[in-house]
Amino acid sequence: MAPDLENSEILPEKKALISKKIDSFFTDIYNVYKFIALFFKELFSRPFEWKEVINQCYQVGYKSLALVSLTGFITGVVFTKQSRPSLSTFGASSWLPSLVSIAIIRALAPLVTALIAAGKVGSNMGAELGSMKVTEQIDAMEVSATNPFKFLVVTRILAITFMMPVLILYTGFIGMMGSYLNVHANELTSLTAYFKSAFATISFLDIFSSIFKATMYGFTIGVAGCYQGYHAQNGTQGVGKAANTAVVLSMFLIFVEELVIVQVVNAIR
Amino acid sequence: MDTKDIYTEAKRPVISIRDLKKSFGTLTVLNGIDIDILKGENIAVLGKSGSGKSVLIKIISGLLKPDSGIVKVLGQEVDKITAAELQQLRLKIGFSFQNSALYDSMSVKENLAFPLVRNKRDLSIKEVNDAIEEVLNEVGLSQTINQMPSELSGGQKKRIGIARTLILKPEIMLYDEPTSGLDPMTSIEINNLINKVKQQYNTSSIIITHDLTCAKQTADRVTMLLNGKFLPPGKFEDVFNTQDQSLRTFYDYNFINSK
Ligand SMILES: Nc1ncnc2c1ncn2[C@@H]1O[C@H](COP(=O)(O)OP(=O)(O)O)[C@@H](O)[C@H]1O
Ligand SMILES: [Mg+2]
Repeated sequence: MAPDLENSEILPEKKALISKKIDSFFTDIYNVYKFIALFFKELFSRPFEWKEVINQCYQVGYKSLALVSLTGFITGVVFTKQSRPSLSTFGASSWLPSLVSIAIIRALAPLVTALIAAGKVGSNMGAELGSMKVTEQIDAMEVSATNPFKFLVVTRILAITFMMPVLILYTGFIGMMGSYLNVHANELTSLTAYFKSAFATISFLDIFSSIFKATMYGFTIGVAGCYQGYHAQNGTQGVGKAANTAVVLSMFLIFVEELVIVQVVNAIR
Repeated sequence: MDTKDIYTEAKRPVISIRDLKKSFGTLTVLNGIDIDILKGENIAVLGKSGSGKSVLIKIISGLLKPDSGIVKVLGQEVDKITAAELQQLRLKIGFSFQNSALYDSMSVKENLAFPLVRNKRDLSIKEVNDAIEEVLNEVGLSQTINQMPSELSGGQKKRIGIARTLILKPEIMLYDEPTSGLDPMTSIEINNLINKVKQQYNTSSIIITHDLTCAKQTADRVTMLLNGKFLPPGKFEDVFNTQDQSLRTFYDYNFINSK
């Protein structure tokens, strides 16, 4: 039987709380929408901050290179090792290179790289902009007649959006090298034979969709990190919260995007 | 209070505020501010924390928008002009932030160069370096040029923050609690710097402060922000002969009943 909701004592309070939460959820979405709209507006207005974009690209690459190299390599080795027994059962271990390359290029490299970048670059953006916000450095920039949105936000979002495809292709390559080492150790396959077999199954659509995904993930991480940082409040506590929310939010959105893009790409295939 | 003779000196107001109001949600912070700040004048604004002092100077520099009223800076209404005009106007307004707001990813030199290279793109490297050297000398901190903000003391940060605004040769200076968190000796150095800036650069200033010594040493006129309005501004001595309870609290605390 349904409880008597109308006469419940706590209900009005809860109702108010829930409606407040729903309210703030929609204001948040609206604010993010405005933030993205402002990004595109400032993106196409002069002067362009090319120097700062390049500086930020370097920062993104520098911050994540070691970590994605390591994780990409390990992913390649482990995935190959784990897949071998099932393939061997069917006497199909010669399919390993193509199986692994499909898995790495289509799914593993984009996801692993994006999650690492969310943790490393996204949190850094949240923390860096957040601390600039709460210590009035962003205000200081604005009163010295520099548009802080353009100088800090647009450059960072652009940088990670550009760099993500590069990083993902790189991780894919490193992952396949890891996989090759394992295959070579077990099946004595040569490098050329390995790559021939690996690339035989990878289509242009695979590469294209991975690059497209990478761009989306990069943009997502950039917007989440910068939005959280740029709107940080309440002193140092707010900086931590901005960094944390940036990571959680972008990781969640990356998985949602992955799900949607996979559906679309498979429909095209 | 004889503010009249100051007005008759045929000085033009550089900042002119009429019936300025500003609220955040249900919180009314400024509730009818009227003031004229004259060319070459330093005015100190007292008021307890949370009374809206920072909000006021943020409105003057266009960081916040007023709800109603007129805010004219150098003849332009800050909330009505275009973004490009505001940008030009801001070059003439120096803003010294309460916590200095130095860019902590940049060295002292880069902090000082930032406003200059971004607003005057045709300057040569030598001209930029000369300007940096000049303002560093002005604030007496030439030796810190290659240090990072985290390596500076509170007083040094304040001075570098002031130097960073001086590099654009402002006509108006807005100081947000320039001596807060500093020891008395360092505070006096900052007060002297504020006076030096006024003379050297012929600036008009608003100095927000809790520190009566600072107000006394640097201000031509003093006022207090109380319940969203200004008490009538006047000379330091006149204002503090008042029996107004909130002013007496300030006075008694700062001078421990030395009267
Ligand atoms: N951007 C803002 N949004 C909401 N409230 C604000 C904002 N800025 C200031 N306030 C509120 O306005 C009041 C005055 O703040 P402020 O001017 O910083 O005080 P102070 O006189 O100490 O400088 C405070 O209660 C503060 O919480
Ligand atoms: Mg303040």
